[in-house]
Amino acid sequence: MNDEIRELYQEVILDHGRRPRNLRHPEDATCQARGYNPVCGDKLVVYLKVDDDGIVRDAAFEGNGCAISMASASMMTELIRGRTEAQVARIFSRFHRMCTTDEEPEAADPETSGALEKLQVLAGVREYPMRVKCATLAWHAVSAALAGEDEASTE
Amino acid sequence: MNMDPRNMVTPPLANGAYDVERIRRDFPILARRVHGKPLVYLDNAASAQKPRAVIDRVTQVYEQEYANVHRGVHYLSERATILYEEAREKVRAFLNAASHKEIIFTRNATEAINLVAASYGRRFLQPGDEIVISELEHHANIVPWQMLRDELGLILRIAPISDHGEFLLEAFTSLLGPRTKLVAISHMSNALGTVLPVRDIVLAAHHVGAKVLLDACQAVTHLPVDVRALDCDFLVFSGHKLYGPSGIGVLYGREQLLAAMPPYMTGGEMIKRVTFETTTFAGLPNRFEAGTPAIAQAIGLGAAIDYVSEIGLEAIAAHERDILNYATQRLAAIPGLRFFGTAPGKASVVSFTLDYAHPHDIATIVDRAGVAVRAGHHCAQPLMDRLGVHATTRASIGMYNTRADIDALVEGLSQVTELFTG
Repeated sequence: MNDEIRELYQEVILDHGRRPRNLRHPEDATCQARGYNPVCGDKLVVYLKVDDDGIVRDAAFEGNGCAISMASASMMTELIRGRTEAQVARIFSRFHRMCTTDEEPEAADPETSGALEKLQVLAGVREYPMRVKCATLAWHAVSAALAGEDEASTE
Repeated sequence: MNMDPRNMVTPPLANGAYDVERIRRDFPILARRVHGKPLVYLDNAASAQKPRAVIDRVTQVYEQEYANVHRGVHYLSERATILYEEAREKVRAFLNAASHKEIIFTRNATEAINLVAASYGRRFLQPGDEIVISELEHHANIVPWQMLRDELGLILRIAPISDHGEFLLEAFTSLLGPRTKLVAISHMSNALGTVLPVRDIVLAAHHVGAKVLLDACQAVTHLPVDVRALDCDFLVFSGHKLYGPSGIGVLYGREQLLAAMPPYMTGGEMIKRVTFETTTFAGLPNRFEAGTPAIAQAIGLGAAIDYVSEIGLEAIAAHERDILNYATQRLAAIPGLRFFGTAPGKASVVSFTLDYAHPHDIATIVDRAGVAVRAGHHCAQPLMDRLGVHATTRASIGMYNTRADIDALVEGLSQVTELFTG
C-alpha cells in the first residue's frame, strides 16, 4: 500500500466513511441546504436545528458520495452540535484554510481548536486539488443553511 | 528533426502485424512517469494522447508555415491556406464525404452540434415537431436540443436502452412518426462503449422523413465511419479524441442541407461582400467558419488522420478488442465489481463500480499507482439515472494500451480492496 494513500485515507476517515454518523433526516430541523458538486455529481442535504440563541442543537445529513465527502459530513455533524453560528463559521473558515494551504492558522482560537484538531485527518486533501471540494462540500452546505439559502454550490 | 511531413508518418506495419510497442514509442508522453510510476493512460474516451507525427506537424506549422488563411497574397498565407484546405480534404476522405464543401471545421463536437441546433433547427423546425435522442447521450447531445425545444416549442423524445446498455431499435422505431423531424444520436456511447446500430437508425428515421445527426466522437477512433454508406445527414466528431489537437472539431453535413442553412456565427472569413446596409455570405464551407479558424489544429488533425489511417482503423479496432476482452476477464474476477454496459459488440470502454468504494476514491488510489481512469457521471447524468448509479469508474482503451496496462489497473484496484475491506 502506497504511504500517501494511507495518509489521505486515515482510519478515522475510513470509519466515518463506512459508518457515517447522523445519516438521517430529523423531523424538527429548522433549516436545511443542499450541497452539490457539479464536477463529480456528489449530492448531500444538511439538516440543522438551530435554537433561538443561534446555537446548533442538532445536525444531520443525507447523501451519497466518496469516502472523503461522507467522512467530512459525518464529522461535521458531530463537531458543530452545541456551537454558535459564529463558531461554526470560524471552524469552517479555518478548516477550509487547512485543506487548501500549508500556512499556519492566524491567531490561536481556544473555542475552535479542539474541533480543528479532529478535522486535521482531512487535511491530506491538500495534496489532491480535485478532492478539496469533497472535504468541504458539507461545510459549504452548512454555511448555506445558516445563511437561509437552500443550496450551496462549491463552484 | 526531419521536417519533411512525408517522413513523419509511421510506415505501414510489417506483415500487417500490430506492433503495439512500436506504436507506444510514437507517443512521447507514454514514456513519462506519474507519482513515480510509469504512466498507464486509460482515459482515452475523454481525450487521447498525441503521436510524435501530430506534435511535430503542429510545431512545423508554427516554426515554418504559419500565417492567417484565405486572405493574404503573401507566400506564408498561401502556404497556410493550402495546408488548412489539405486538412479538410483529409477529413473528407476519412469520412468518405462527397465534397469538401460538406466538411466544416469547428472548435469541437459540442460546437458542431450547437451549430446544427441553432442554424438548421431554428430555420427548419416548427412548434410541435419532434426530436429523438437516446438515453445514452452525452450532455453535448442533450442540452442543445433541450434549449431548442424550449425556444421553439418542440417535443424531445428519448429512445430507451436495456439494463445492459443495449440500444432498443424496435422501441426507437416506435417513437418515430410524421412529426419526427430530427434524430440526434450517439454512434458509440462514451460512458458504456455500446455501439449503436446507426445504419438501421438512419433507415428508420429516413423512412418517416426525419434527418439524422450522428455524434461520432467515440466511433471515429474505433470504427471505420463512412458517411455515404451510413447515409446520415450530419455527423460530428472532435480532433482530440482521434489523437489530434484539442480545439478542432468537425461537422459533416449533406451539401444540400448546409447550403440551405443560415450562418451560425457571423464576422470575417464567412462573407462575400459587406456594406453597412447588407452582407452577402460566402459559399460552403467558409460560410460556417466565421473568424480566424484553428489553423495549426486543423493541420494537426490532418496529421492524426494520416497516422491512424496508416495503421488502419480495422487493425486498431482488433487490437483494442483484445485489450477490452482481457480487461473484462480480469476485472470480472474481482469480488464486488459490477460492470455497467455489457451490450454485445461494445467497444473500448469498461465502466464499473466496486460495492465497497466510491469511484472517486478508486480513481484517486489507482492514480497514485500511475493509472489514469475517469470517475463520475461521464457527462451523461441521465444515463446514470437510468442505470440507477451515481457514478462509475471508467477505463477506456486506446490504440497504444496493452495487457500490461490492464494488469496495472487490476493491481491498483487491489490496493482499493485492501484499504476499504482490509
